[in-house]
Amino acid sequence: MLKLERINAAYKDLQVLWDVSIEVNEGELVTLVGPNGAGKTTTLKVISGLLKPTSGSISFQGRSLRKESAHKIVELGISQVPEGGKIFTGMSVLENLELGAFVARARQDKDRTLKWVYEIFPRLEERKNQRAGTLSGGERQMLAIGRALMSKPKLLLLDEPSFGLAPILVDQIFDMITEINRQGVTVLLVEQNVRAALELAHRAYVIENGRIVGQGAGEDLLSFESVRRAYLG
Amino acid sequence: MHVMLVQSLVFGILVGALYGLAAVGLSLVFGVTKLLNVAHGELLMFGGYATFWIFTLYGVDPFLALPVTMIFLILIGVIVYGLLFARMVKLSEETKIQNTLLVGFGLSLILQNLALRLWTADDRGVTTAYSGWAFTLLGVRFPIVRVASLGIALAALGALHLFLQKTYTGKAIRATAEDWEAASLMGIDIHRIYLLAFVLGTAMAGIAGALVSVGYSIEPNMGLEWTLIALIVMVLGGLGSIMGTFVGGIVLGVTQALTSCFIGGTYREVVGLLIFLLVLIFRPQGLFGAKER
Repeated sequence: MLKLERINAAYKDLQVLWDVSIEVNEGELVTLVGPNGAGKTTTLKVISGLLKPTSGSISFQGRSLRKESAHKIVELGISQVPEGGKIFTGMSVLENLELGAFVARARQDKDRTLKWVYEIFPRLEERKNQRAGTLSGGERQMLAIGRALMSKPKLLLLDEPSFGLAPILVDQIFDMITEINRQGVTVLLVEQNVRAALELAHRAYVIENGRIVGQGAGEDLLSFESVRRAYLG
Repeated sequence: MHVMLVQSLVFGILVGALYGLAAVGLSLVFGVTKLLNVAHGELLMFGGYATFWIFTLYGVDPFLALPVTMIFLILIGVIVYGLLFARMVKLSEETKIQNTLLVGFGLSLILQNLALRLWTADDRGVTTAYSGWAFTLLGVRFPIVRVASLGIALAALGALHLFLQKTYTGKAIRATAEDWEAASLMGIDIHRIYLLAFVLGTAMAGIAGALVSVGYSIEPNMGLEWTLIALIVMVLGGLGSIMGTFVGGIVLGVTQALTSCFIGGTYREVVGLLIFLLVLIFRPQGLFGAKER
C-alpha cells in the first residue's frame, strides 16, 4: 500500500534520512521505533508531504507521492496525527473535528464519520462545544486522532501518540489504535515507547541515526538482542 | 462645553469605525499569512479613488458603487499577492518579515507615485447631493454620510465575522492562522487560503477607502498615515478578534478627537503613537486579545 524506497531527506544542509526503505501493506499495523532524533518524525513528514525527499521514491497505492503537496496527499487517503497532536486550541472540539473532514471525499460523509469517531472516543462528544485549548493531555491526543479519522483515511500515520501521557492513558490510547486498525484502517505508528509499540504491531522497523537498522515481526523484535539492550534494558 | 465633549465623542466614534475597518484587513492578512503589508494604506487609497472616479465619471452613488469598488480592489489584491507576496509566504519567519517590509515599502512608494502621476496631488472627495445633510440630536450634529458609513463598516465586519465563524472556508482560514502545518495536514491548500485572506483584507481596505472618500477626503500621500493607523489599532485591539479590532479603532478615534478638542489638533497623531507604545509595554496581547497560552 505504502512503499518508501531508498529515501534520503535533509533539512537545508543537514541530512536526516539515509536510504530509508519502508513498506506498509493494507490492513497492517506497522510501527517505526527508535530513539529521539533518529528520524522518525522526518520519515512521517516525507510521507505526508510536509518535507520533500532529496532522492528516492515513495508511492501510495501504486501512485508516486514525490510531487504531491501535503493537502493532495490527505485527499488520496493518508492522514497524519502530528507530534503533540497540534490541535487547533482556539477552536471548539467540534470545529476541530469538522476541519478533519475538510477534503471533499470526507466532507460528504461528515455526519456519519463523526458518529463513528464519537463511538471510539465518547469523551469527545461530551466535550464537543468546549474550546480545544481547555482539554487535558489525553483528551487532546484523542481529539488529534479523531480529527485525523474524520478524513476517512486509508492509512493513518501516528507520531508518538503516547508522548507525555500517564501510563494508564497510554494503554487506553493504544487500545483505541488497535481498535481503529481492526476496523480496517492501516496504521503506521511511530513510537519511543518501544515495548508497547512492538507488542501492538504486526511488523516493526527500527531506525537509528536516520537509517533502518532492523525489521521484522513485532514479537520477534522484542527478543532482538540489540533492541533489548538499547530500549528495553 | 458639555455639547462639545459629546460632539467630539461622536466624531471620534464615526472616524474610529473606519480605523477599525482598515485595521481588520491588515490584521486578517497578518494573522493568516504572517505578512505585514505596509502598503495596506495605499490599497485603501485605491479604494477611495475607485469610488471617486466611478462617481465622477459615471455618476454612480458611492454607496451603491461599493460592490464594484470591492471587485476592483480584489483584482488589485490578486495581482499584488500573485506577483509579490506569494513568494514571501514560503520564506522562513525571519527573512519573511524582512523581505515583506522591504517589498511592502517599495510597493507603497510605487502605488503612491502611480496615484500622483495618474490623478495629481489634489485632495479629492465625493460630494453627493446628500453630502451636507445632517441631523441634530440634543445639540449634537450627526452628518448623514458618516453615520451611514458607520453602518456599512459594522455590516462589513459582521459579514466577515460570520464568514470566519460559520463557513467551512472561514474555519479553514482560522485553522491556517493558528497552525499552517496542522492545517495542511487537514487537506487544506494553505496557499489558496493565504491568497483568499489577502484578498479579503484588500476588499476590507477597499470599503474603508470608499467610505473615507465619501466622509472625508483622499490624496496620493494618505497611505502611510492609514497604514500607521491600522497598525496602531491592530496592536490596540489584539490579534485574532474582529470585534476587538473594531473597538480598538473606536478607542483610537475617540482619543484623537478628544485630544484635538482639549489639547490641540497638532497632538492628534502623537497621542495615537503614545497609546501604541503604552499598549506594547503594558498589554502586548492588546486590549481585547487573549493571553498566549
